[in-house]
Amino acid sequence: MGAVVTVEYLRKAYGPVVAVDDVSFAVEEGEIFGLLGPNGAGKTTTVECLQGLRRADSGTLRVLGLDPQTQGRELRGRVGSQLQESALPDRIRVWEALDLFGSLTPGAADWRLLLEQWGLAGKRKASFASLSGGQRQRLFVALALVNEPQVVFLDEMTTGLDPAARRVAWELVEAIRSRGTTVVLVTHFMDEAERLCDRLVIVDHGRVVAAGRPQELIDLHAPQVLVRFTSGTDDLDFLYRVPGVEAVTRRGDRVEVAGTGPVLALVAAALVERGIVPSDLRAARASLEEVFLRLTSRPPGEEAA
Amino acid sequence: MTTLRKMVAVELKLFLREPITVVFALALPLITLFVLGGVFGNIPDAEFGGDGPMDFYTPAYIGLVLASIGVVSLPAHLAGSRERGVLRRFRASWVPAIVVIGAEVVVSLLIAAVSGVVLVACALLLYDVNPPESALLLIPAFVLGALAFSAMGVMLGSLIPTARAAQAAGMLLWFVMLFLGGAGPPPGVLTGVLQALHHAVPLTYVVRLLQGPWLGDGWGCADAGIVAAWGVAAGLLATRWFRWE
Repeated sequence: MGAVVTVEYLRKAYGPVVAVDDVSFAVEEGEIFGLLGPNGAGKTTTVECLQGLRRADSGTLRVLGLDPQTQGRELRGRVGSQLQESALPDRIRVWEALDLFGSLTPGAADWRLLLEQWGLAGKRKASFASLSGGQRQRLFVALALVNEPQVVFLDEMTTGLDPAARRVAWELVEAIRSRGTTVVLVTHFMDEAERLCDRLVIVDHGRVVAAGRPQELIDLHAPQVLVRFTSGTDDLDFLYRVPGVEAVTRRGDRVEVAGTGPVLALVAAALVERGIVPSDLRAARASLEEVFLRLTSRPPGEEAA
Repeated sequence: MTTLRKMVAVELKLFLREPITVVFALALPLITLFVLGGVFGNIPDAEFGGDGPMDFYTPAYIGLVLASIGVVSLPAHLAGSRERGVLRRFRASWVPAIVVIGAEVVVSLLIAAVSGVVLVACALLLYDVNPPESALLLIPAFVLGALAFSAMGVMLGSLIPTARAAQAAGMLLWFVMLFLGGAGPPPGVLTGVLQALHHAVPLTYVVRLLQGPWLGDGWGCADAGIVAAWGVAAGLLATRWFRWE
């Protein structure tokens, strides 16, 4: 199927501050698409424009073939969103919120099921004010899904969740997608993006600096392999003569060799040849984190807008 | 329509779960009634146009209830919802503005009605107040006043950025109206600037509109016109100024 969300040359400024300078991307139906970037990169502004919450200065936006700026009403019920910096009345109960938001779309999902799925069944009658940060996040995600949307925007969904709750949330995002819902995920957590996203764009200073599948981006921007082992041997300069090796660093007994190509095998061979047989020799691929740091590094002292 | 109904139900429950607002809406007019009822009694008096003071004040306090909702409760609630991101949350789910505002207005009307009934019951039972001459005309007067003050509440809540500021400004406005709008000192004793202010505050006309049917002076067309006019003006400004965040 075609793209369900397209953004072309989006630009949005708040007075003199340019939040989004030039952002374009397309989200295909049924994928989990990531919008990554440091704080203040323009991610949230972009999704807010896509939800019709803000008016773009220029550019073309389409969600399910509709213009969110002028056809928000038609999009209602087909798009779900979980927003940063939003809240519910303190004394509203969890079930009341789901019931209220569910009533916006006739024939919406049974919110009782959502309560179960998002681990809120025990909190059904709890007031919003009494929920922990993680429970509030889960309630917001449940509210985003209550109208059975075709596209859902999740903005910093796992912020404030503990590691166990994050993993549960990731599984649920995959579950959302497996039901056929397209997910647009805004995040600054690289492990989350690498684990979940089919494709992603990295945004910095309001511009797209990279786009592609996580593995493509790693291969392209951080192709290094890191070989690590422990050894008491002092002289390791011979490793520089191994083809592909670019750097050898050591901290105490721990050694890290960075390089490209089949460095693990070649380093292993070179070590064995010298009678060095470390029991913990292993290789690590660069992660999205290295790509992100490489592409979004800022000159020292320059703060995010 | 379902959403509006559910929103009204939720807002009503939220109101009832907030003890302070309940006390403010129900008890404050009653306290004023007890204090002034104790001071003046209900012996007919020339100062009050030959009516008993409590005959004069009871419809005025109904106006006071409407004013407390319009300038204190509703603006503070609306500004607070916006400040905390509740309106943002509603908007992201495309809850129509008309549902958000409509629910506020309906809930305000319901609270005003309950508060008004309690007030009138106390006045009739405790102070031997003469019942309204025309209860039939009292109802449209009440509804018109309530709608006009609701519009004013939405306007103020849209204009004033924070709940705190709305509360402070609202209390100030409310006291000015209490003293100068015909629910405090009898209008006859106000002189000079105070008399001019008496003619400037919206509550004056709502009070007169309510007193007409109660005291047997009939429907005040001029007063109704003035209340409707500022109600519509406030409503138009409210739609202009309404902001989600």
